[in-house]
Amino acid sequence: MNPGQEHIPKSDAPFLAALCILGGFYLFMIVAIVAADFGHSGVGQVLAGLRQPEIQYSVKLSLVSSVVTALLSIWVGVPIGYLLSRFRFPGKSVIDATLDIPIVLPPIVVGLSLLILFKTPAFRALGLDNAFIFTRKGVVAAQFMVACAFAVRIMRTTFDDIPARKEEIAFTLGCSRSDAFWRIVLPEARNGVLAAATVTWARALVEFGPILVFAGTTRMKTEVLPSTVFLELGIGEIDSAVAISLLMIVCALAVMIVFRMMAASQGLRPRGGRR
Amino acid sequence: MIQINGLAIRAGAFHREGISFAVPTGKYAILMGRTGCGKTTLLETICGLLEAPAGEIRLYGREVSHLKPAQRGIGYVPQDVVLFNNLTVAKHLSLALEVRRWPRKAIRERVGEMAQLLGIERLLRRKPYGLSGGEQHRVALGRALSFRPHVLCLDEPLSGFDAAIWEEICQLLQTVQRQTGVTTLHVTHHREEAERLGDVILEMENIAGS
Repeated sequence: MNPGQEHIPKSDAPFLAALCILGGFYLFMIVAIVAADFGHSGVGQVLAGLRQPEIQYSVKLSLVSSVVTALLSIWVGVPIGYLLSRFRFPGKSVIDATLDIPIVLPPIVVGLSLLILFKTPAFRALGLDNAFIFTRKGVVAAQFMVACAFAVRIMRTTFDDIPARKEEIAFTLGCSRSDAFWRIVLPEARNGVLAAATVTWARALVEFGPILVFAGTTRMKTEVLPSTVFLELGIGEIDSAVAISLLMIVCALAVMIVFRMMAASQGLRPRGGRR
Repeated sequence: MIQINGLAIRAGAFHREGISFAVPTGKYAILMGRTGCGKTTLLETICGLLEAPAGEIRLYGREVSHLKPAQRGIGYVPQDVVLFNNLTVAKHLSLALEVRRWPRKAIRERVGEMAQLLGIERLLRRKPYGLSGGEQHRVALGRALSFRPHVLCLDEPLSGFDAAIWEEICQLLQTVQRQTGVTTLHVTHHREEAERLGDVILEMENIAGS
């Protein structure tokens, strides 16, 4: 072996090709199912579906309820994420695990558990059963119970990534913890807040199981887009069901694109990427 | 004046006890010691970022050991600078004044004054990303001095710079200290830095017990 000899490393091509094949398969499957939907029902059928009053109602309810759910999830997820990230306290690991329950439980079980909770004497005494069960508020409650857990997880990771040292320096400048939070930490966490809002919105938009059990799928009342797909399939209207599915795909795609544009406009780049 | 009497410091498994020294008002003190002897831990304990298990920290006669960092009136420039990514340079200089509820006009004037003193007027609208190491140190120094602290603590402010920037920051520290008259405690392990800047030179081995 000659120590001074130039070493030519082996080609990167097989490694990159393997990565592309594995990743490409998944990408192909996503594109294929979307293309299959479009092949089954064209734009004309989607527009025809959108003209039906029941579907217009479910589109409106889905959009409004998912936005409300996303806002509520951020409102709750930011403080919980911050507390879990910054403080040590007894029972923290138990609380941390408890907050993951809605993620690991089947969504339909979350709905059933909500139904049982709201039927307890205490909730009935407060009139919460009538206010939520099989109502539009119930739709939001069912979406929130599942989606918020994702907001908590994303916000916890976001705050973990912001060094606590920044707050310490802010303290030496005269900031209280709340000053440091509002002026330094939260603005630096905006990427995470945006990601949490997007994920919870998307999750709420596609939520079905807990809504079915807790809020029902009553037409022109508690019917959201996934419920419409379910109802249309139930009466054999495959074309309408596919049309609604396409509409959901377009909505999801639009939100993801808007999120990426907003992130790019703020100079936010995914971490670890090659520049 | 900084008076440290029988202070114990602790960070994780590291601890030292019986630290005592004094820095007269308006003087530039250099605290020297080998790497790992607890200089930064001492500085952060004085600033209130670490709890002192025992002993006394007096600043201008006031015992501050049990006060929060915000109540101690110490400007601190950490070794890693720690600028805030979302704030402009101007906001870095005004943050301490805004939380103290200074009037807007006074804040504007003070920011202008600090920017001029530190030679960073042209950077006021920029955010930390893309600032050079020397510029970042100037901003961190301005941020720490903006609220007119009684005491300034500098943790290895000249480490990692090439000769030209080292000289530039050295001169800046001298100028700023003379103009503001702030009692300064500067931590380093470089003898050259100590001899160049220090009115008072403290050796960690001489001021600390175990």
